Amino acid sequence: MVADAGTPEPVPRVGDAGAWCGQCGEARDDAAGHDRCAARAELEPPRFCVHCRRRMRVQVTPGAWTATCSRHGSVERSTWS
Amino acid sequence: MHGMTAQATGTDILDVAREQVLGRGVPLTKEQVLDVLRTGDDRLQDLLALAHEVRLRYQGPSVEVEGIVSLKTGGCPEDCHFCSQSGQFTSPVRSVWLNIPELVRAAKQTAATGASEFCIVAAVRGPDDRLMEQMREGVAAIKAAVDIEVAASLGMLTQHQVDELVDMGVHRYNHNLEAGRSFFPRVVTTHSYDERLDTCRMVKESGMELCCGGLVGMGETLEQRAELAAQLAELEPHEVPLNFLNPRPGTPFGDLPPMEPADALRTVAAFRLALPRTILRYAGGRELTLGDLGTRDGLLGGINAVIVGNYLTTLGRDPREDLALLDELEMPIRALGETF
Ligand code: SF4
Ligand SMILES: [Zn+2]
Ligand SMILES: [Zn+2]
Repeated sequence: MVADAGTPEPVPRVGDAGAWCGQCGEARDDAAGHDRCAARAELEPPRFCVHCRRRMRVQVTPGAWTATCSRHGSVERSTWS
Repeated sequence: MHGMTAQATGTDILDVAREQVLGRGVPLTKEQVLDVLRTGDDRLQDLLALAHEVRLRYQGPSVEVEGIVSLKTGGCPEDCHFCSQSGQFTSPVRSVWLNIPELVRAAKQTAATGASEFCIVAAVRGPDDRLMEQMREGVAAIKAAVDIEVAASLGMLTQHQVDELVDMGVHRYNHNLEAGRSFFPRVVTTHSYDERLDTCRMVKESGMELCCGGLVGMGETLEQRAELAAQLAELEPHEVPLNFLNPRPGTPFGDLPPMEPADALRTVAAFRLALPRTILRYAGGRELTLGDLGTRDGLLGGINAVIVGNYLTTLGRDPREDLALLDELEMPIRALGETF
């Protein structure tokens, strides 16, 4: 499920910093700010691609989550130490 | 005595509960649960202590640990107003299926924590043939690879599907009442309370263990919360998962405030006193509603089961924190196959 290694380089990955908030899908430079989104990220996987704002397919398992944007690929995070 | 409220007799409800539930093992009635829910914050510590004594006497010190995973996420045709997986709201949750190797991996991860239960969940009204086929394959693959009991939560079932799940070796089935009967139409309109009860009864008769709980903090009155406790007690499920509403963006309940911690803890204790012999599990919303301190208070106030790791669409605590807490409280993890 992790982005395929063969993808040409310039394609950004969903986990990188981008123009959109992964939690609420609004612009990152939105004057309202995203403090609540940052707090929510502790208990929520991202739902929006930070590069293109598409809703991602997100699979949560007991110890990890994987979020996939159809354009920008997948990112997987382990949530267990 | 039944039906007579504490006010009517002039007796303190905690004294009544001590004698009736702790002493004789007789669950609180709906009216008595309501009296408990109406007690003030100044009684909370006494209430939790009593519920803890009841849990220790009728269920022992151990804690059942379970992991859950979503086999099919999102796109559900039902309209449960608390749920981010309904396809009827503008929730950002998109539809996705888990494959069998990942399902087995999730079961292995869960078992590694010492958990005895692994519950496979699908966001559906009820299973179709494709889902039943996935279940058959998935349950067999887990049983071949992992030493853990497999439970399922797949919505409303037909008798044939109940029989099939028994045949697969699914030992417990989750189907919540969600709310008390009088509040249910405010929560779900796409199916009825009686349809839910039908599935619960079929599951019980099949020999599978019934796991049946609900949510609190959805705007129900205390009467309606007591009603849920009483209706659950009447069903006598093996396990009751208690969820605190975690308001999901885009759902009709998305703007409700999270429950007050004291209110949530009073509910935990009241449910324990209504269900002295049932496994009472912390399910969704505990991190948001109770945090670390509240989690501990609930485990010392009637709770004797937890979900370890993440939920279906949201994240849980790091399992190490939960396991360390159980260790500190000297509550051993319930072993595979251990019962009371
Ligand atoms: S049936 Fe289950 S998945 Fe579907 S909307 Fe209701 S709670 Fe959500
Ligand atoms: Zn945001
Ligand atoms: Zn994208």
